[in-house]
Amino acid sequence: MVKITIKDLSFSYGSRRILEGLNLVVGDSEILSLVGPNGSGKTTLIKCIDRILKPKGTILLDDGRDLQSLRRQEVAKYIGYVPQSATGVLTTTVFDTILMGRKPHLGWRVADEDIDRVVETMKLLHVEEFALKDFSELSGGQKQKVLIARALCQEPEVLLLDEPTSNLDVKHQLEVMETVRSLVKKTKISAVMAIHDLNLAARYSDSLVMLKEGKVHAVGDPLSLLTEENIRAIFGVEAVVMKDLDRPYVVPLRSLDGEERDE
Amino acid sequence: MSPEFAVEDSELKEGYASFVGRKVLFILLSLACIALLAGVATTLGSANITPLEVYSAILARLFPGTFETTDFIDTIVWQLRLHRVLMGIFAGMGLAVAGAAMQGILKNPLASPFTLGIASAATFGASLAIILGAGFVSGQWLIVGNAFVFTMLASLTVYGLAKYKGITSETMILAGIAIMYLFSAMTSFLQYVGESEEVQEVVFWMMGSLGRSSWDKVGIVALVTVACTLALMTFSWDINALGAGDETAKSLGVNVELVRILCMMFASLITASIICFTGTIGFIGLVAPHITRMVVGGDHRFLLPASGLVGALLLLAADTVARTILAPVILPVGIMTAFLGVPFFIYLFLRRGKEYW
Repeated sequence: MVKITIKDLSFSYGSRRILEGLNLVVGDSEILSLVGPNGSGKTTLIKCIDRILKPKGTILLDDGRDLQSLRRQEVAKYIGYVPQSATGVLTTTVFDTILMGRKPHLGWRVADEDIDRVVETMKLLHVEEFALKDFSELSGGQKQKVLIARALCQEPEVLLLDEPTSNLDVKHQLEVMETVRSLVKKTKISAVMAIHDLNLAARYSDSLVMLKEGKVHAVGDPLSLLTEENIRAIFGVEAVVMKDLDRPYVVPLRSLDGEERDE
Repeated sequence: MSPEFAVEDSELKEGYASFVGRKVLFILLSLACIALLAGVATTLGSANITPLEVYSAILARLFPGTFETTDFIDTIVWQLRLHRVLMGIFAGMGLAVAGAAMQGILKNPLASPFTLGIASAATFGASLAIILGAGFVSGQWLIVGNAFVFTMLASLTVYGLAKYKGITSETMILAGIAIMYLFSAMTSFLQYVGESEEVQEVVFWMMGSLGRSSWDKVGIVALVTVACTLALMTFSWDINALGAGDETAKSLGVNVELVRILCMMFASLITASIICFTGTIGFIGLVAPHITRMVVGGDHRFLLPASGLVGALLLLAADTVARTILAPVILPVGIMTAFLGVPFFIYLFLRRGKEYW
């Protein structure tokens, strides 16, 4: 079954074209990772799918509805968005932050069902011990889990994650990725993430989309896609690709324009 | 689900329920304090009457035949003091709710009717009426009408400028600051060309006073404040979501621009309808929400009503002190709100160690 079908999607900031003629399919219960160099359009694509930005083209949901014609609240019931980091200025507790995920479903007052859903989600992500702590007091990894919990409380079919591991240390990177993978398995939702780290993408994704200059360069499973040729073509980097536990991993060697990559 | 998990579930829910319960308790306590202070405030003045006589006079009119009072006390309470006390309550409430809403939608701790040019516009409107006698309506409503019209004009201009550049918190604040300086300069010009008595009247108007209140004015202020506060409270979740950033708010289903415009208009309407009668009472709109936020947190479901009640308490207390401290001289309430509120605010600010905004 297909969760989202993107047809001929384009987006520009003024005269600067960011995405051009993209076609993509997000399948059922899969983790699809968008990889590519800075400026290739990964984050923009995530924001277009969630209609935070308004692209041209068609985004069809599983029941054939066009996302572009839906009310924002309806979109929020289908798609949950996890930002790169929390940008808000107002402090709230972890419980209230996650409860905010019920916004698309809330009426005048909070129902018992909403509270139940928050408790259930907190336990799913193991953040219940921080329930009444201020969100601002949490560590980076804990914050990321709370933001994922907030998006999950929307009861979405698709979870969008914008570079969920970029501000985290190795341990928390793995924790967050394990969390996403177990959620996809347990709750049958699909996850689309923009991600810089090719090795994390290779290890946890079912399929990869390689973006270059706003266009899809290649789509496929990590093993077939993460080749030395593709990495050279997309990133301009010479790398060695090895294999472990049926997953590829990439060791970058040198930048082909003479500079050593430091990422 | 295993039994031990069920216990944890109920612990979490009870923990949250008691967390919410404390906020509701604060709101109820504030209401009780207002009722108490209102009674005390009505007893104070040149004629000495007791709180019991005040409550009897109020109840005698509300429930005729059940309570007894004298004509003298009835006149003092109903004709002289009660409308001023109620004006203090509703004006304080309205200014604080407007401030809390503006700080929330603009995600800025300095946002208030004053920093967004709304109060300067009201002052200009009043100055125009006082110094040049020019305005949109005539007679006793000249100053009031001018202040109201210019206040709404300022907020529409802020909206128009922000709309042109894209409605974000930054564009609205910058447009508001530009409008504030423009109207301040125009008021200064009017004061420069005005006669000294007229300038004195403008300065007195700018200091704010509840002395100009009457029952019909209280009625208008109460109606607008209560209606707009209820309207703003329906946007509580939207304002909470805006606090997490525009992109997150959109992803949670909030129509960000529409919410910002509507909340801005409700907040402006409240402010306009109050300061056109009272003059510019500063500080309440800025600080009452901060004081409340330190106690009940940033959830606008509770912050909006609780700010309103704290604002009502602050203004009523300030007016009561202003009326009595140098009696028979009555100080402008705008001065007293800062004298009373700033030390309290600094005390809370220093006492609260962790970041609250």
